[in-house]
Amino acid sequence: MSAAVSLIDHVAEQFPEAVIASHSYRGDDTLVLRHEQLHEVAQFLKNDPAFQMNFLMDLAAVDYSVFGQGPTPAFFASSGVALRPSPQIPDEDPWPGPPEGARFVVVYHFFSTIHKHRLRLVVPVDESALEIDTVSDLWPGANWLEREVWDMFGIGFHGHPDLRRILMYDEFEGHPLRKDYPVKKRQPLIGPVN
Amino acid sequence: MENYPSYFTSRLNEALGWARKYSIFQYPFITACCGMEYMATACSHYDVDRFGAGLPRFSPRQADVLFVVGTISHKMAPVLKRIYDQMADPKWVVAFGVCTCTGGFYDNYATVMGIDTILPVDVYIPGCPPRPEMVLDGLMKLQDKIQDQHTTGVRAEPQARPDMFDTGAGK
Repeated sequence: MSAAVSLIDHVAEQFPEAVIASHSYRGDDTLVLRHEQLHEVAQFLKNDPAFQMNFLMDLAAVDYSVFGQGPTPAFFASSGVALRPSPQIPDEDPWPGPPEGARFVVVYHFFSTIHKHRLRLVVPVDESALEIDTVSDLWPGANWLEREVWDMFGIGFHGHPDLRRILMYDEFEGHPLRKDYPVKKRQPLIGPVN
Repeated sequence: MENYPSYFTSRLNEALGWARKYSIFQYPFITACCGMEYMATACSHYDVDRFGAGLPRFSPRQADVLFVVGTISHKMAPVLKRIYDQMADPKWVVAFGVCTCTGGFYDNYATVMGIDTILPVDVYIPGCPPRPEMVLDGLMKLQDKIQDQHTTGVRAEPQARPDMFDTGAGK
């Protein structure tokens, strides 16, 4: 665990202007980064001998536009997602909540198969500038993951070799996982709208 | 004498229906988890070959029955329709699993709410996924339908379902 804490400190030392915040919730190390320095930090994480994050496990996005504005759906209420840390587990570093002033975040989960450690990067992206740098030149697996984020959320990736929809069809309008996409909206290619 | 040709024809048609219902060449259009149950039905334990449906054809032009097994998304719908259009008459369609019957719990932007919105469906086999017994039951209902079509000259209408919720008791 002590090695895990130093991962955050190591990045914060190296890139003091890039790190907005950090937290370590039950052993999951997370860094909140400015998107301007994302590519630089990612390259460092991949190549630095202390990190060697050679495996991009997942790349996803979250739309926080209506977060906390309604009651928690009953399905999630008991799951104990970091909304309310349990009093039984001493938790000195809880989840800081959604980013301020940004509608979306893009989340990167890294794993090092050499050092067997993990790190999560959270990159806030605001609606006014919906483009961040690609990491598909560093981890080729990011290619399709970034296409998925583009398809579902409409976040662009600067420098991506082939940014097209990957799940939905080309005729589809909008980005269905955005919270303002109407739940009942249907865009069938053939057949009735139902 | 007047009855003779029609009598003869109907007997021949019946024989044709008998032959067809026991030589179903199916096209399995498998997209999701229901496929595992389809395989369980097709393999030796339940053995769909006892009903003459043991030879799946992987070309729609050689198939009689389209088994639509698994969730159909809007992206997939034109492909499914095209497969159906490529099949030669006479042809039948089986909706296998609740997603193909009604969309199931996928009431969202991506899923077709039942393949009967884009194709005519002969037999619905609900379940998530359906047990092999249900599949065999559906297959036998399809056989009845094929036989009826050749015996009476018309395609059998779907039977009205009994009203399960209006029992009349307690009113």
